[in-house]
Order: sequence, then C-alpha cells, then structure tokens
Amino acid sequence: MSAAAPPSDGLDHVDERLLRTSPLKKLLARPELGSVVGAVAVFLFFSVVADGFLRPSSLGTVLYAASTIGIMAVPVALLMIGGEFDLSAGVLVTSSALISSMFSYQMTANVWVGVGVSLLVTLAIGAFNGFMLTRTKLPSFIITLGTFLMLTGLNLGFTKLISGTVSTKSIADMEGFPSARALFASTWTVGGVELKVTILWWLVLVAVATWILLRTRFGNWIFAVGGGADAARAVGVPVHRTKIGLYMGVAFCAWVSGQHLLLSFDVVQSGEGVGNELIYIIAAVIGGCLITGGYGSAIGSAVGALIFGMTGKGIVYAEWNPDWFKFFLGAMLLLATLLNAWIRKRVEAAK
Amino acid sequence: MTRVPDGGVRAAVGAVLAVALTAALAGCSSTGGKRAEDARKAAAAQGRAAVDTPRWTFAMVTHSGDGDTFWDIVQNGAKQAAVKDNINFLYAHSDEAQTQAQLIDSYVAKKVDGLIVSLAKPDAMRTAVEKAVKAGIPVITVNSGAEQSKAFGALTHIGQDETVAGEAVGEELDRRGRKKALCVLHEQGNVGHEQRCAGARKTFDGDLQNLYVDGTNMPDVQASVLAKLQSDPSIDAVVTLGAPFADAAVQAKKTAGSKAEVDTFDLNAKVAGALEAGTLGFAVDQQPYLQGYQAVDLLWLYRYNADVLGGGKPVLTGPQIITKDQAGALKGYTERGTR
Repeated sequence: MSAAAPPSDGLDHVDERLLRTSPLKKLLARPELGSVVGAVAVFLFFSVVADGFLRPSSLGTVLYAASTIGIMAVPVALLMIGGEFDLSAGVLVTSSALISSMFSYQMTANVWVGVGVSLLVTLAIGAFNGFMLTRTKLPSFIITLGTFLMLTGLNLGFTKLISGTVSTKSIADMEGFPSARALFASTWTVGGVELKVTILWWLVLVAVATWILLRTRFGNWIFAVGGGADAARAVGVPVHRTKIGLYMGVAFCAWVSGQHLLLSFDVVQSGEGVGNELIYIIAAVIGGCLITGGYGSAIGSAVGALIFGMTGKGIVYAEWNPDWFKFFLGAMLLLATLLNAWIRKRVEAAK
Repeated sequence: MTRVPDGGVRAAVGAVLAVALTAALAGCSSTGGKRAEDARKAAAAQGRAAVDTPRWTFAMVTHSGDGDTFWDIVQNGAKQAAVKDNINFLYAHSDEAQTQAQLIDSYVAKKVDGLIVSLAKPDAMRTAVEKAVKAGIPVITVNSGAEQSKAFGALTHIGQDETVAGEAVGEELDRRGRKKALCVLHEQGNVGHEQRCAGARKTFDGDLQNLYVDGTNMPDVQASVLAKLQSDPSIDAVVTLGAPFADAAVQAKKTAGSKAEVDTFDLNAKVAGALEAGTLGFAVDQQPYLQGYQAVDLLWLYRYNADVLGGGKPVLTGPQIITKDQAGALKGYTERGTR
C-alpha cells in the first residue's frame, strides 16, 4: 500500500523507502482512515439522535441500504484508482436486469438462461466502454456519458418494443425463479436479525477487490495505470488490458446488482437507475479514492457506502422533517469528505 | 464413427449440436413467460377506423418522464381512440417545463388540428397554450391543471382532482379502522403528490405522516419504508402514490414484521394480482386509459360536431377505489396495458 502513497516533496536526503515508519503512522497513511472516522462519527451521531437506530433489525436495514450502493461502489472505486470514471454504471444495472427479464420471458426460457445471457451482454457492454476508451483515447467522461445516454434510450426503447409497456412482465411464475432468487435476493435470519443476501455479496466483493489490489500483479497495474499511464506503460504494464478489465469489473458488479433488482421485485421499470452512478462515485470518493486516480481502496468504498446507508436511513429513524432530507444528506456527505481530506493532509504533513 | 476423413469433425459438430439442443430444451420454462401470455391472450380489439371523417392530426404533450408506466397507459388510450376516429396521433413528452412548452410551440407551428396538454407546471405552459388557442387549435387539458384549464382557453379538462382523490383515500382508511398511516412520496416537490397526501390527511381521522423516497432507486424505496416501519411499529397503513412502489412497500412490511396494510394509487398487473391475493388493501385508480381515450375522442367530437363535455367543469376520471372484489375482473386489462 505504501507504494501508492504520494511521493515526498524531495527535501529528504534519505530514500523514503528506507525510512522506518511506526505502525501508527502506517495506519494513518491508509486511504480509508478518514472515512472510517467519518463513519464512526455518523454512527455515534445517529445512535444518540435517532431513537431505534441501534436496534438490531434497524442495523439490518441500514446494512441492506449500504450493500445495494456498496456492491457498485467497489468496482467504481477500483476504476477510479485506475484513473477513469464510469457514468454508465447506474443505468447499466437496470440494463442488466432488463436483459435477463426480457430474455427469459420472451424465449419462455428458464430464468437461469436469462441470467446467463445477461452476464454475457453486460460484460460485453463493459468491454465496449474499455475498448472505446483505449482505442479512441477520448476521456472516460465522454465515452461513458455516451454509453449512459445510449443505454438509457435502449432500456426504454427495447422494453417498449418488446413488452409493449415501459416495465417488464413478471417472471415470478417461471422455472428457475426460486433458485435464482435464493442466490441474488434471499433473506437470512441471523440471531433474529433479517439480513439480505446482498450484504454477503458486498462483503465478498470487497474482500476479493482488496485481495486483487494489495496482493496481485493486476492490483499493482491498477495503481500504476491510475498514477501515471505513460510511466506505467514504460515499465511494461499492459495499460489497455488493465483498463478494459476494470470496466468489465464494473459490468460484472452491475450484473450482480441488476439481478438483485430483478429477482427481488420480479418486474423491472425501464426508466430506473439514472443518477445512481453519481452515488457510487460519491461513495468511492468519501472512501478515500482520489478523483485524479492512483490512490484509494476497496474497503474505503465500503465505508463510503456505509455512511450513505446510515445517513439515508438514520434521517428516517430520527423522524426529522423530511423537507430537509436532501440538505441533511448533502451536509453529512460534505462533512465526511472534509474530515477525510483533513486527516489525509495531516498525515502527509507529518511524513 | 464413420470412416470418411472428416468424420471426426462431423461427429464433434453433431455432439455440440446435440448438447446445445438438450441445453435449449432443458433451458425452457414450462411455466409463465411469453408462451403462457400468447396462450391466454384474448382476442384484443384490433382497432380499425370506425369513421370516415377527414384524417385530422392531433398531438399530445405531457409532463411525463422517460419510461413512466402511468403515461404509457394514457398514451395507449389515446392511440386506440385515434385509430377508431381515423386520427393521425402524435405524442411528445418532457418532465422539464421549458422543454414541454417548446414541444407545444412546435406542434402549434406544425398547425395540428387538435392539442392535448397536461398542466403539471401550469405557469410555464400558459403562453404556449394561449398561443395554440389563438391559432385556432382546440386544446384539451388532461390529468393535471383542472384549475387553470379554463383560464388558459382550453375546451375542457379531463382528469382526477388530486385533493379529491386524497380525500377518498382518507375516508377509505377510516372505513378500514386505520389509526396511523404513512404517505410514501416518490418525487420530492411534485405538487400533485403533496395534494394527494394533504387530501388524505384532511379526511383521515388518524395520524398521517409523509415519507419521501427516491423513486428511481427501488431497493432504496424498500429500505426507507422498512426503516420507517421499524422505527414506528404503531403504523398500521402504508399508502404509496404509484403502483410500482406498492410491491416494495409490501416487501418492507414483511421484513419488518409489521401488521400495516399497504394501499396504493394507480393500478398495474402486479397491483391487481396483489389485491386479489389480499396482500394489498385497496388501490385508487384514476383510469389513465380514459384520460387519453376521452381527450382524443372529445377533440374528434368537437371537430366533427362542435360538442363539448363537462359544461365548463372538469370531467373527472377518478378516484375509483378498487378492492379485492373488482381486482380479478381488471387483472386481464392491466396485463394488456389498458388499466
């Protein structure tokens, strides 16, 4: 991790890699530290202010809300560490759900067939994003904005063309639905608390992403590509392959998220998902990802999603006047991010 | 295995095809799906023009967002009336007031023979509608804008009075002996939504609270309702303002272990099914199909016979309270997208 820390200001005469750092300093240098402090603050705040926030069942709800954001925040954070954006991520979730629903329904196929087809098509869209980006050398903002608009139109157009209405038909009575639902949208009762399976998906994805980032060669490539693509290429990092891989990672998680959407409600509204891409990016930023790339962590994105979940539901538990809902949410996010930035600055100054 | 040189290849291709075929067969669902729909599809009225009046062009401009189920049904109604009345029907929509006004302007410039407009943001539509009226184009307003319709020069207004609809909900909740209800608004700042909840609050003897949720994010809607039900177990009724949100509320209620009854505005196939099964208490229907159908039909009547309906008052298409008893009969209509 320390390899990804910003270089010193050049005043040191000793090579910074040879400096001995205390465990405390190491801890302070972790990108998610600021967000963890923020999350603890938000948690304590609502524990005091909101009656019923600390009830186990409430925490299950908060975790569910966090997991639906967190599943997408993980790959979005990795992509941001790799120095790119994906504005199509929110709508891609809806596309993925629509594809599996409509394929199963129109072909009268087993739900699993639709789920499989959806995985392939979604990954292809992710690969398209990455391929366009690396081939055209246009900024990812433009490429994925194009994909975002195209997908929004395709979602509506295809659904209306195929189903005749703007939402899909129910697939709840089709074969394979119960088992698919068990995988993507079941509920587990752990010690009297109802936990959605998305929480498990989320934790697994965070663990896998953390392992990739910190323990694999691909992880080093991600940091290198985000830190400076030209330098990375000079030392033999396959920049194009890494970026395409990152976009396919976003697509894979969009597929997981989309299947959850479809299988928990069994009908999909084709207009959904617009705007969610910003929420994923915000969660990653709160979690310590730099907008400029090269710095961040998967765990941070999880903490960012958790802050989102706690704030959104905490306001409901606190029974605050809902007219101010968006304001509280915004203020909370700004505070968390500022705290995050402040801590990082202090850490860097202390080095 | 044959002895021709490429036998091995052929056998391999054959094996692949066999596997693919088996997979395809095994992959089929014997329940539900398109096949079931085709099988049960009743002979839907295949529209044919019923009149030989000139082929007039009517345009409809609404404040619908992209992919809105409700407006899709309005459009279906208008289209079927257009086919019957030998009308060339044009449709455009935008949830941005400015864009909606521009769309009206462009249809006026196109010199259509009749115009149907929804007035969700009446002030922004005023100039455009008055320009149309001045150009001699008959205008009918639908869905929202009952108060402004006449002042803007429209022939008549067809829709549901949101406050009246809300009041009907309050009365129905009283009839069902509810004490504490939740009004789930899925669009913050939508005037019609506020009016519905305010109307319900007016007639409801118990306590009614508003809950704002993010309508574009279904898992979030569910989690928000869940959070509210967990924080206040005394809530015994949840009213959602759109059909797709009723299901999310039902799931939230199940997870929370709440005894609350879920009720909703608007119908769709799922709501009809849930009413029949008893998982939903009642639905308030404003008959969107009728709003589209009547608007086109009334414009045609005006063109053909100078007829006007309503006598200067809005023609109400709702609220119609639908319970378990009527749900079964309506389910088929919801599936074909006309209720």
